[in-house]
Amino acid sequence: MFANFDFSVIGASLPYLFGQGMVFTLTLTALAATGGIVFGTLLAMMRLSSIPGLTHAAKLYVELMRSLPLVLVIFWFYFLVPYIGAWATGSATPIQVGAFSSALITFTLFEAAYFAEIMRAGIQSIPRGQTAAARALGMSYAQTMRLVVLPQALRNMLPLLLTQTIVLFQDTSLVYVLSLTDFLGAASKVAQRDGRLVEMYLFAALVYFAVCFTASLLVRRLQARTAIVR
Amino acid sequence: MTTDPMTSAPMTSAPVTSAPQPAAAGGSMIAIEAVSKWYGEFRVLSGCSTAVSRGEVVVVCGPSGSGKSTLLKCVNALETFQEGQITVDGTRVRDRATNLPRLRARVGMVFQHFELFPHLSVIDNLTLAPRKVLGRSKEAATKRGLDLLARVGLSAHAQKHPGQLSGGQQQRVAIARALAMDPVVMLFDEPTSALDPEMVGEVLDVMVELARDGMTMMVVTHEMGFARKVADRVVFMDRGEIVEDVAKDTFFDRPRSERAQQFLSKILAH
Repeated sequence: MFANFDFSVIGASLPYLFGQGMVFTLTLTALAATGGIVFGTLLAMMRLSSIPGLTHAAKLYVELMRSLPLVLVIFWFYFLVPYIGAWATGSATPIQVGAFSSALITFTLFEAAYFAEIMRAGIQSIPRGQTAAARALGMSYAQTMRLVVLPQALRNMLPLLLTQTIVLFQDTSLVYVLSLTDFLGAASKVAQRDGRLVEMYLFAALVYFAVCFTASLLVRRLQARTAIVR
Repeated sequence: MTTDPMTSAPMTSAPVTSAPQPAAAGGSMIAIEAVSKWYGEFRVLSGCSTAVSRGEVVVVCGPSGSGKSTLLKCVNALETFQEGQITVDGTRVRDRATNLPRLRARVGMVFQHFELFPHLSVIDNLTLAPRKVLGRSKEAATKRGLDLLARVGLSAHAQKHPGQLSGGQQQRVAIARALAMDPVVMLFDEPTSALDPEMVGEVLDVMVELARDGMTMMVVTHEMGFARKVADRVVFMDRGEIVEDVAKDTFFDRPRSERAQQFLSKILAH
């Protein structure tokens, strides 16, 4: 049944697909995941704080982001950020934000809402006695979080954080709406240029599957290894 | 009745401030004065007053729910209270101006459930706060930590994680961790209640030794054997009140209140 297919197109375009497309995808995933976990942790701490204003602000933010389709947020940010930036800096003309920066900011802010919920569960999973012990030793709130609670919460939640990162890895393909060339975008371009749609999309699917499946397996092994003995 | 404020102020103020606590200058490490605490409508502590002198070991006992752990946690401000005052080594606990982390750094606390940090090795548990709170060097903190581990008989376990130790060993590490801050007073919150019976002894031995070394201790416990052995005074609480606050022998031999008599008969019967 593959008689009419020409898979040699894949071999010829490998340097482009991986050297540019996959590198872009992985860079965006890594940066957005890092930023998302940091911002998400802050959101989780706000949400768990005893200051009502912070709690509600964090809750509203998380609920809002989780109720919107990602594509919409990407678009929305791409067209709005230049104006927000202009307003914030007092500039008369919309500031220049590259498509990549815009995508990175969007994914960071969007994923932060999901990471925040994971970190909230992680922080809540740490017994209150741990906080009491840290405070009793004279640690400040910041030290208690940084040295005692968050290291344990991160470790407990690492499998979930990585699983969410795998989802993010797949979601980054949505940058095509900003005409950015990620792995799928690169495959799509080659497919259209050479008229080999089926071959290229099949190959792209295979690569996404291989990467995500391998990552999931690694997460599962990690989970077994890092479980804290209590 | 017109007096010169310049001359009368020092004369009148001296007896007034020292009258309620005559030992303040020389000995009172912890002074608890008329402390009351409410959880909403429910009064958990009502007008508790007592004191712990320097070098003294005070055992706080009473039925569960009597507020003894709550009172103990008020001493280092892990719990707040709405009325009264607690003074620890001259520092007022219920005072906005008080730097609570700095106060807590001088008050060691041992918890019922040990609360060692499971993500850190035993030695890191002992050095974390001395380094981050007291600003000690890693070398100095490690040296002191190893000395303390030797003192509680756990030198061989420095590199292990808390999860690899027995309950009794974990609690001895927790005592060493509190001592690593060189506290002026140690608080114990039911330190043996979560232990298997065969491990209670090893923890009590460490505490007895600590008491004999002259450490000021406030101990919430049901271990009446420990109280008999090392306590100077026993504070008996019931329903949020301090019912008896007497010398150890008086408490065990001639308890005045009916509630203390009932409590003792229940606890000592077995």
